[in-house]
Amino acid sequence: MSFNNLDTLYRQVIMDHYKNPRNKGTIDGDAITVEMNNPSCGDRIEVYLSVKDGIVEDVKFDGEGCSISLASASMMTQAIKGKKLTEALKMSEVFSEMMLGKDVDAGEIDLDDIEALHGVSKFPARINCATLAWKALEKSAKEENV
Amino acid sequence: MDVNAVRKEFPILDQEINGHPLVYLDSSATAQKPLKVIEAVNEYYRFNNSNVHRGVHTLGSRATDQYEGAREKVRRFINAKSTAEVIFNRGTTTGINTIAYSYARNHLTEGDEIVLTQMEHHSNIIPWQQVAKATGASLKYIPLQSDGTATLEDVRNTVTENTKILAIAHVSNVLGTINPIKEMAKIAHDHGAVIVVDGAQGAPHTKVDVQDMDCDFYTFSGHKMCAPTGIGVLYGKRELLEKMEPFEFGGEMIDFVNLYDSTWKELPWKFEGGTPIIAGAIGLGAAIDFLNDVGIEAIEEHEHNLIGYAMERMNTVEDLTIYGPEKRAALVTFNLADVHSHDLSTVLDSEGVAIRAGHHCAQPLMKWLEVVATARASFYLYNNKEDVDRLVDGLLKAKEYFGDVF
Repeated sequence: MSFNNLDTLYRQVIMDHYKNPRNKGTIDGDAITVEMNNPSCGDRIEVYLSVKDGIVEDVKFDGEGCSISLASASMMTQAIKGKKLTEALKMSEVFSEMMLGKDVDAGEIDLDDIEALHGVSKFPARINCATLAWKALEKSAKEENV
Repeated sequence: MDVNAVRKEFPILDQEINGHPLVYLDSSATAQKPLKVIEAVNEYYRFNNSNVHRGVHTLGSRATDQYEGAREKVRRFINAKSTAEVIFNRGTTTGINTIAYSYARNHLTEGDEIVLTQMEHHSNIIPWQQVAKATGASLKYIPLQSDGTATLEDVRNTVTENTKILAIAHVSNVLGTINPIKEMAKIAHDHGAVIVVDGAQGAPHTKVDVQDMDCDFYTFSGHKMCAPTGIGVLYGKRELLEKMEPFEFGGEMIDFVNLYDSTWKELPWKFEGGTPIIAGAIGLGAAIDFLNDVGIEAIEEHEHNLIGYAMERMNTVEDLTIYGPEKRAALVTFNLADVHSHDLSTVLDSEGVAIRAGHHCAQPLMKWLEVVATARASFYLYNNKEDVDRLVDGLLKAKEYFGDVF
């Protein structure tokens, strides 16, 4: 029995992030908190963002959802932690293009694990799962007035 | 009922999805369309398209005859007393909103109660929340038993002399619970309340007799019963509809128009402002002919047997949680171990099996079930036992695929 088609979606690194999420939890104190829902399915992600001097000092996520939305959130936090917020937003743009199936030129940005989500673009119904946490990041950045 | 003959009427079923023959198990979201319906709509646009109730020309008469002919077919299908009680609209959501705006907002005041259950679809909750906010009336929920049913005793304990509206689904789109509408209508009437029935999951699958059930309003969507999208029906008792103001104002629904005031057409047209959904209504008429030809009782029996087989097969799948009562309509909502329903649905889709995943427009019910989301397989007259087997095979494959992960 073959699952080749599915394997382009459920890459091992994605399932690893799903099983062992990085930066899962909340940040107490004056972190920006943004909650995003996917109203069509009920997935819910909260992103906590702590920015100091334009640098993402700390970022955490919490919520409930499918493997793709939770793994994507985990990867997002891992990727942007310690980076400049402007760089994180650039990464978000690159990610959106990747979901549209475009060949992305990340330039100097290291996509690292996020690259594994490339296969989601072949599953149109699941793109909103993958972008949920990134949308939350963009919304929290707006609150930070960047 | 010969399911193989029925399947041949649905051209969409004859295709492969991701390399496998399509198994369509999402009819509660929308049903597939038989050739007869597709051809009726096609024929209308090719030969008879015209606006209704105005042109004196031949096409205008043909269109009007077919449109009003469809209304008579609906009347017979639900056994309404008169076509004056059959209003064409966009679907169940529009039907409930029409009642909420034209009836409830004008008849309810502070201290009045609207009684619902927690199994309702969003479209039978939110319009009432808005009515409550606008009028000062309060919302009350009939509690559910652990299997997802509402007992008549609990209905009696919730409905009071202050209750003006009891709004309830004929059949739950998540649990498959079939509510005893006739008995519930009696309780509502004993307290001077009206009963509003969300028939979206009822009318396509079971014999509806609005006079026998004695419901005051019954509303449903054509697209869930083999008709095109965009057409629906609101049934209301004549004496109630007469007392109601129109919901939409404009062309088609007027009698005399003066500069500062106007009068309305008689029922049902006073509720059909603007050019109506003519092709949709004709398609609905064709769908009713189709369902009558097969026989609604035969469909009910077929679905009953099929859901029985589905429950029997699915109960053998380990780590599968099934929600809802034992006696249920032809749908089953479930979760497989810790696999999110989205992930499950993607695996099944890769095997050609289409199911629904998510909260099914019933977030309060998901909270009651203490789940984030669920998967749902829903059946209709064109599904067969092989479809059930393919679903179960898909579930076992999903278990295998995610087995190492979860």
